[in-house]
Amino acid sequence: MLYRENGQFKTSYQADQQIFPILQDRAAIALLLLLAFVAVPLLAPEYLFRAVLIPFLILSLAALGLNILVGYCGQISLGTGAFMAVGAYAAYNLHARIEGMPLIASLLLGGVAATAVGVLFGIPSLRIKGLYLAVATLAAQFFVDWACLRLKWVTNDSSSGSVSVAGLNVLGIPIETPVQKYLFCLAFLSVFALLAKNLVRGHIGREWMAIRDMDVAAAVIGIRPVYAKLTAFAVSSFIVGVAGGLWGFVHLGSWEPAAFNLNRSFDLLFMVIIGGLGSVMGSLFGAAFIVVLPLVLDALPYWLGIPIDTALAAHLTFMIFGGLIVFFLIVEPHGIARLWSTAKEKLRLWPFPH
Amino acid sequence: MGPFIETLIGGLMTGMLYSLVALGLVLIFKASGVFNFAQGAMVLFAALAMARFSVWLPQWLGFDSKVLANALAIVMAMGVMVAVAWVIERLVLGKLVNQEGVTLLMATLGIAYFLDGFGQMIFGSDIYKIDVGLPKDPIFLFERTFPGGILLNKEDVYAALIAAALVAGLSLFFQKTATGRALRAVADDHQAAQSIGIPLARIWVIVWSVAGFVALVAGIIWGSKLGVQFSLAQVALKALPVVILGGFTSVPGAVIGGLIIGVGEKLSEVYIGPLVGGGIETWFAYALALAFLLVRPQGLFGEKIIDRV
Repeated sequence: MLYRENGQFKTSYQADQQIFPILQDRAAIALLLLLAFVAVPLLAPEYLFRAVLIPFLILSLAALGLNILVGYCGQISLGTGAFMAVGAYAAYNLHARIEGMPLIASLLLGGVAATAVGVLFGIPSLRIKGLYLAVATLAAQFFVDWACLRLKWVTNDSSSGSVSVAGLNVLGIPIETPVQKYLFCLAFLSVFALLAKNLVRGHIGREWMAIRDMDVAAAVIGIRPVYAKLTAFAVSSFIVGVAGGLWGFVHLGSWEPAAFNLNRSFDLLFMVIIGGLGSVMGSLFGAAFIVVLPLVLDALPYWLGIPIDTALAAHLTFMIFGGLIVFFLIVEPHGIARLWSTAKEKLRLWPFPH
Repeated sequence: MGPFIETLIGGLMTGMLYSLVALGLVLIFKASGVFNFAQGAMVLFAALAMARFSVWLPQWLGFDSKVLANALAIVMAMGVMVAVAWVIERLVLGKLVNQEGVTLLMATLGIAYFLDGFGQMIFGSDIYKIDVGLPKDPIFLFERTFPGGILLNKEDVYAALIAAALVAGLSLFFQKTATGRALRAVADDHQAAQSIGIPLARIWVIVWSVAGFVALVAGIIWGSKLGVQFSLAQVALKALPVVILGGFTSVPGAVIGGLIIGVGEKLSEVYIGPLVGGGIETWFAYALALAFLLVRPQGLFGEKIIDRV
């Protein structure tokens, strides 16, 4: 009744090509942005920013980047943590070694560095496919882990191997309080989500999807696999690298290579798969799920008032996390994004049965 | 020359152990097309079960024989692994038929998390010892040819022998028995196998049980070398490059791949490692596998990948 496109006629090419062709969608997105930019900073408590909202935003960004590679271009990557690390450490080096380097510039240049590494490790994808590629991308993960730990210049010769940044500011405005950090990350996410959405709607996105669906057929109809695959790696690792920079600079403040280890890569892949492959919205859903789930599992015994041993709680968390992931994959293998679109489909007819 | 041969042999021994883990991966991939990330968790789980039962059983039943305790513990651990295989087939794989490879991969990651948590919850999370009587004393070879001879760990030799026997046994099982033939049929084509009356569900339980058995053997050998602890699950990460190097679908590939990776890793650590700061073991295996894959994308012995439009 409320959500339907009947009567909304497109009379120009421009109207036909807009991102959200339905008025209600545009209103919903505007409302959502208003909520995120205005209402949440005013209302949310500080703990929520630190523990949930900021990690959620940054990991959404990383998941978005990964989704471009896995969901749109069909190249499975288990090395996302490595690209985040490259972004973070490159941004750190620029920040630490160059006096007066603007924060945004160093984050973006960190993304550029991640792009270079991403393309380098993407080159094997021209020859290796599927699960072989997935395992091969682990090379990136272990190599970068090693480089961050052993190569002294990566960490600017810090003795302990951990690095830290302080005094973040954009054009003189400090990024110190949780609310400021939140808004900073939200701005990044909004801009990149818009860019990604437009990219995947455009010709390049269609090339990626053609490659994903069947690369030989795509090559036959004149799509260059080299170009399509490497651009997917480039765009994906750029976004992931920026997310890595944000994770290090804004969320952690000081970090060690372990912050970007293999588990981070797995978590991101979980987000993409549970959220929904090939869906920008799905990346956000998946990130929300994976960020909130461990917190809920940790807090659950306290809420229920059951005294529980910490070691046991840790093992139970592992079990429930694993179990829930399997459960989710069985119930909805296409991810939360599919549930979302089913809901929209249903809403279109509601309250009439047909 | 002495140190070189010593490193080489050390590499071969380690490689043999990697290929044990890789073997489990290959078996499951062949029969069900699932890339089983949980193999490492299964190794840990089996080793934990074995280590704990060998202590618990004498306490419960009140006997004192070490050999009997170990034998019973192996049987019990094997029973546990069959149960795990059955549960996995029932609750996970049976429900995920016809899903994409990456979804199945993530499901096995979920299983890995679950097994890690579950194993440590019921069996405890300390470091345990497995002692099945593998001799620990080193032996020296060719003392006349090289000064000081070549140091060889007896334990490693036995481990390699067990691994070789296991591979031979599995090959026989696959080639000569009716079940083995059914397994190969399923590996070839699920649908065709099903249509001639091979029960898929049972085959999967068998395959996962065999993989569980391989995991148990790997767990016992690794466990008696390093002690049973959480890091045992990481051994699987070493087995991954072995599998892609040898080819996902090839049992001999797992063995040869394991040997190449083992030797490459040890030699690189000794001869290249010092030049770049050491610790390159963690990624060198992957780089080596990647280099091989660039020449042969399906691995050394994998079936040729043919793309059709």
